Amino acid sequence: MAKNIYLDYASTTPADKRVVAAMAPYWDKYYGNPSSLYRLGLKSQQAIANSRHAIAKIINCQPEEIVFTGGGTESINLAIKGSVLAKKEKIHIITSMIEHPAVLNACSRLNSLGHELSFLPVDQYGLINLKDIQAAIQDNTALLSIIMANNEIGTIEPIAEIGAYLAKLNKQREKQDLSKIYFHSDACQAAGLLPIDVQKLHVDMLTINGGKIYGPKGIGLLYIKKGTLITPLIDGGGQENNRRSGTENVPAIVGLAKALELADKEKNKEAKRLAGLRDWLIKEISQKIDKTILNGHPEKRLPNNVNISIMDIEGEALLLYLDEIGIQASTGSACTSNSLEPSHVIRALGCPYEMAHGSLRLTLGKYTRKEDLKYLMKHLPVIVKKLRQVSPVKVNLKKVKESIAKAERKIIKV
Amino acid sequence: MAKIKNKKPLAATIDIVPKDSSDPWVYSPIIKDHFFHPRNLVLKAEDVKNYDGLGMIGSPACGDMMKVWIKVDKKTDKIKKMKWQTFGCGSAISATSMLSVMVSEKGGLPIDDALKIKAQDITERLGGLPVRKIHCSVLGDKALRSAINNYFHKSGQKHRIIEESKRIIDKVARVTDHDIEEAVLEGARTLEEVQKKTKVGIGNPSVLPEVEQLIRFYSEKYFG
Repeated sequence: MAKNIYLDYASTTPADKRVVAAMAPYWDKYYGNPSSLYRLGLKSQQAIANSRHAIAKIINCQPEEIVFTGGGTESINLAIKGSVLAKKEKIHIITSMIEHPAVLNACSRLNSLGHELSFLPVDQYGLINLKDIQAAIQDNTALLSIIMANNEIGTIEPIAEIGAYLAKLNKQREKQDLSKIYFHSDACQAAGLLPIDVQKLHVDMLTINGGKIYGPKGIGLLYIKKGTLITPLIDGGGQENNRRSGTENVPAIVGLAKALELADKEKNKEAKRLAGLRDWLIKEISQKIDKTILNGHPEKRLPNNVNISIMDIEGEALLLYLDEIGIQASTGSACTSNSLEPSHVIRALGCPYEMAHGSLRLTLGKYTRKEDLKYLMKHLPVIVKKLRQVSPVKVNLKKVKESIAKAERKIIKV
Repeated sequence: MAKIKNKKPLAATIDIVPKDSSDPWVYSPIIKDHFFHPRNLVLKAEDVKNYDGLGMIGSPACGDMMKVWIKVDKKTDKIKKMKWQTFGCGSAISATSMLSVMVSEKGGLPIDDALKIKAQDITERLGGLPVRKIHCSVLGDKALRSAINNYFHKSGQKHRIIEESKRIIDKVARVTDHDIEEAVLEGARTLEEVQKKTKVGIGNPSVLPEVEQLIRFYSEKYFG
């Protein structure tokens, strides 16, 4: 049988069989509308309540602080647009240059409506500096949105530290009669692998998505701390405590709760296992292929993320070769994006365009075994050699590294 | 009760589940063939000798770069061979490979015909390209023309050299890629310096990423 090795878990995960089983009765057995008062409806209502309770316990919040949405992108839009649209005046938003497009584009939309917007730079490993946040804050700043762990390069941001700083700052601002700065974090990539405790993280809002944690796609949640003002984006029958209308997606909500429950139980052990595989793979690539650079932080990194730029070759061509031998991976090359722009995340690290074009992202998961990675490493050096033969480009690695170190890093305000 | 034979899974009976069990591929079968089996490829650039024209276009920063060598039969004015190297995506690699076949098949293509090859001709021979990939094949014909110009130059046929037409980068400021090239040649290296000379992107910031790429490209081309 042809090989099929999935190394794109950051893109999406397969649903865990236990999740699928938990969801099963809610398609055609307990299909009632949760808003209906007969028993079949109450059954659905109960399933949602149980799911909400279970999740609240896991992320350490009150059940009513959780809003179910149609996915990570919707949660992010609700957090960013919902909290800003609840304001009467024009405000200032701060985010980073390495956010998911959902955050960047939601912020840009608000910017086009007249709100001010600042983008924070990152260092060459993708880390955001607290000092930059301090420097970017204005009197009218009302929202800060930072990704918890980056989807492309896996860098884990100091969310708890930023949150604690903001909590302290907000107390001072209250005395000065300045607006509270809400803190949202996009935890889509982090939720399945890192501990999520919204109290310890000091966030006001936090986004989690089902399709990245072995749950169903098309379901997400937004944690909204009590007292946070949000204008709903979807109006209708007033479900989800008037914050997200539309008949609840009961099977998906149950699936999301089950997925989080499984992640909570298993992630410590699994993260350790994945980190071992990740480190082996990074070492193996750097030893067997010359002229490569690891993108992202060497330690503060998701346990399942490997992102490496391979000089002189182009990512899409590499993916096509890998696909041919049954390996699924991802790249930051412009050729695979609809915009034909190379990865904004890798560019933000200070890397020249050619490094983004030649980047390879391998993200590991539940079903990744050491032998899968050995199979990859049997073929990857050969494919790289072949593509380098085809390529007229001969990048000077030293010069590339120098230009990364020298890259300009400043707050961009629009 | 009759036994149900060949019980199919539910999903298989529903229309939206694809019935075709063969694996899809992102491009046409011709592109796939040329991608995995490139024709006339140069494995070691230093081994290429006795060529009559050399052309290079694009830059790794842009995501595509092509280098083309041609051998010309001077008596018949036909291209006998085209060799190449490409840094780029699958469609860029296949497009260059196909181009090399187009100019050298059937005893070689007369230079005047080769100069007329358009990106669309290559795309057609490849069995079509997704719209956003068309630009990948544009570079192939440009690289070939640059090699032919180089041949004209080397063989003392300067009157035949054809200047590439200019491309408007900023419609507002009416700045072309040649203007940016000129600015770089005159010593401008940063966006600000190029803007001082050309006013490109001032009041039209959406073009700036492309301008920055061009500045890098021309800086690398002339000052490495």
